[in-house]
Amino acid sequence: MLSVKNLQAEINGKKILNGINLEVKAGEVHAIMGPNGSGKSTLSAVLAGREDYDVTGGEVLFNGKDLLELAPEDRAREGLFLAFQYPVEIPGVSNVNFLRTALNEIRTYRGQPAIEAKEFLALIKEKQQLVELDAKLTGRSVNEGFSGGEKKRNEIFQMAVLNPKLAILDETDSGLDIDALRIVANGVNKLKSKDNATIVITHYQRLLDYIVPDFVHILYKGKIVRSGGKELAFELEEKGYDEIKKKYDIAEV
Amino acid sequence: MLAEKLSVTHQLSEELSKISGKASFMPSSEIGKALQYLEEHGIPNNKQEEYKYCNTEAIIRKEFKSLNGKEIPASKDLKNRYYVGGAYNLYLVNGRFLEQQSEIPAKTMITSIEEVPGAELQKHLSAYAKSDGDAFAALNTAYADRGLFIKIEAGALIEKAIIVHHVYTTKDSFFFNARNLFVIEKNAQVRITEAFYPATGKNFLNNLTEVFTGEHAQVNHCQVQNAGNSFYGVDTLAVSQNRCSNYSHSVFTFSGALVRNNVAVALNEEFSECHLNGLTLSKNQQVVDHHTLVDHQKPNCQSNELYKGVADGRSMLTFNGQIFVEKDAQKTNAYQSSKNILLSDDATVNAKPELEIYANDVKCSHGTSTGKVDENALFYLKARGIGEESARKLLLHAFAHEVIGKVADHDTAAFVEILFENSLN
Repeated sequence: MLSVKNLQAEINGKKILNGINLEVKAGEVHAIMGPNGSGKSTLSAVLAGREDYDVTGGEVLFNGKDLLELAPEDRAREGLFLAFQYPVEIPGVSNVNFLRTALNEIRTYRGQPAIEAKEFLALIKEKQQLVELDAKLTGRSVNEGFSGGEKKRNEIFQMAVLNPKLAILDETDSGLDIDALRIVANGVNKLKSKDNATIVITHYQRLLDYIVPDFVHILYKGKIVRSGGKELAFELEEKGYDEIKKKYDIAEV
Repeated sequence: MLAEKLSVTHQLSEELSKISGKASFMPSSEIGKALQYLEEHGIPNNKQEEYKYCNTEAIIRKEFKSLNGKEIPASKDLKNRYYVGGAYNLYLVNGRFLEQQSEIPAKTMITSIEEVPGAELQKHLSAYAKSDGDAFAALNTAYADRGLFIKIEAGALIEKAIIVHHVYTTKDSFFFNARNLFVIEKNAQVRITEAFYPATGKNFLNNLTEVFTGEHAQVNHCQVQNAGNSFYGVDTLAVSQNRCSNYSHSVFTFSGALVRNNVAVALNEEFSECHLNGLTLSKNQQVVDHHTLVDHQKPNCQSNELYKGVADGRSMLTFNGQIFVEKDAQKTNAYQSSKNILLSDDATVNAKPELEIYANDVKCSHGTSTGKVDENALFYLKARGIGEESARKLLLHAFAHEVIGKVADHDTAAFVEILFENSLN
C-alpha cells in the first residue's frame, strides 16, 4: 500500500529526514517511535503534503501512485488520512458542514455522486457513537472550544466518516487521559480491516497497549535505526531511548 | 492648495444650484452655516487627516466636473425585479420615494422628505448631523432635493422588516444629494434594511441619514451597498439615542468605485446600547473607507463594534474607529474589533482605532488584525480532501459569517450571503 524509499526532507535548509525506508501493506499496523526531535512529525507532515517541508530525495508510492506529486487534497482523496497532533480550530465552519464538504469532494474525485442528506446523517450518527463524541460537538465549529481529548476524538470521528485506506495517527495519545486514550484506541481498532492500514506515531509505548502493532520502527535523527515486532516497544519502555541514542551517536562519530 | 480645492467646490456648488437649487425643506440658517463651511474648507482631499485614504476632491475634479447626467424614468415593474415576500417593500428611484408602488405599514409615517410637515422635521432635522462639521454633510444640507422620511409611532411593533430598495437609473454623470430622516419613537421596534442596487450611469451619491431612537426603542438597521463600479458615494449616518434604546447597524459593502461611510452614534442618555457591524469585500481598484464614531456622553451605556474586511486586487480598505468616553460617562462598556484578510499582495488595509477616554470607571477595549487566510486551517481542510478553492471559500465564509450572523432579519442575512458568495467568484 505504502512504499517509502530513501525519503529525505528539510525545512528552512535544515535536514530532518535522512533517508527513510518503510513498507506498509494492507491489514498492517505499524508503530513509529522515537525521542523528541527525531523527525516523527516531519515524516507525517511530508506524507500528508505540508508545503513547509522540502523533499530533497527519495520516493513515496501510495497504491502505486507517486504520492509526492499529489496535492494534499488529492492525497486525502486517494485515501490517505492524517490525524493531527494539534487539530486546528476553525471558527465559523461547522463540523457537519466541513465533513459533508470533505466527503463529497472525495466522492466526486472517485466519480461517485454526492451523498444523500439522510444517508449522511445516519453515517454521522453511527460514527459519533464509535468515538463517544457528544452530538452537540458535531454541530459546533470545527474544534472550537473543544478540550484536548475532544479534539483527538474528533480526529478519529473524521477518520471514521471518511474511511481512509491509510491512516497516520500523529501523537494521537499526547495529552490524553487514560479513559480518552481507551476510547480513541477502541475507535481505531474497530475501524481496522484487512483492506486498510494504520501508522501510529508515538513517543510512548502506552498507546501500543491498546493499539497492538504488527511492526515497530525506531526513528532517530531522521532515520529508521531499528525495526521489529511489538516486543521492540516493550524493550524501549524498559530501557528508554538512551541506549539507542548512545549506540547511534557513537556510530556517527 | 486651498484655492484649487475651492475652485472645485465652487464649480460643484454652481452645478448643483443649477440642477437642484437649495434644499427646500431645510431652514435657511442651516443652509447658511453649510455654505459658510464649504467656503472656508472646500471639498476634502488626501491632505486632510480624515480623508487621508479617500481623495474626494480628486474624484470630483476628474469624474464629476460637469454634471450632464439625466435621470431615466424607472420601469413600472420594480416589484417584479425587487421584492421580498413577508416584508414591507419601499422603492426609491434615484433617491426619490415612489409612494404608489411602496407598501407602508400601519402606525408609521413614510413619505418623501420634501412632503413632511415642518413640525415633524423641525425637532430632528440637522439636529444630529452638523451642517458645518464636514464638507459632505454641508453639501447635503445646502443642496439636498430628495430623500426618505420614516417615522415609527410610539409603541408600534413593526413585525415584518421594512426593505428600502434603492434603484438608480441615470445616464452620464450625476451627483445626488439625498437627505433621509428616520424617527423611531419611544417603545417602538423596527427592522429597516436598505439595499443599494447597481447603478446604470456614473453617479456620485451624497447620502445623509439622521436617525433618532426614542426611549426603549429597538432598531435594527442594515445597509447593503452594492451599487456597482461606476458608483461613487459618501454615506453619512448620524444617530442619536435616547434612554434605554438599542440601535444595531450593519453595513455590507460589495461594490462601488469609491465608498466612504461616516457613521456617528451619540449615546445621549443613560442605559442605551449600540452595535455597529461591517463586512466589506473590496476588489479591483475599489476604495472603501469606513469611519465610525461612538460618542459615550452619559453613564451606563454599552457599545460594541465589529468591522471585518476582505481586500483583493488593488483595492484599498480603511477602517477608522473612534470611541469617545466623555467625563460624565462612567460605567461605560465599549468594545471595538476590526479584522481583515488580504487576498492579494497589491491590496491595502488601513486600520486605525482611536479611543479617547475621559471617565475613570469604564471598560473599553479595541483590537485590530490584518493578515492572510490562515494557512494552518487551509492545510487542515485540504488534508481532509477539500480542494484549495473550496477550502479558501469555506474559510472566507466562516470569516464573514461572524458579521452576517448578527443580522436580525433572515431575508437580509440570506440576501447578503448570496452577494458575498457572488462577489467571491
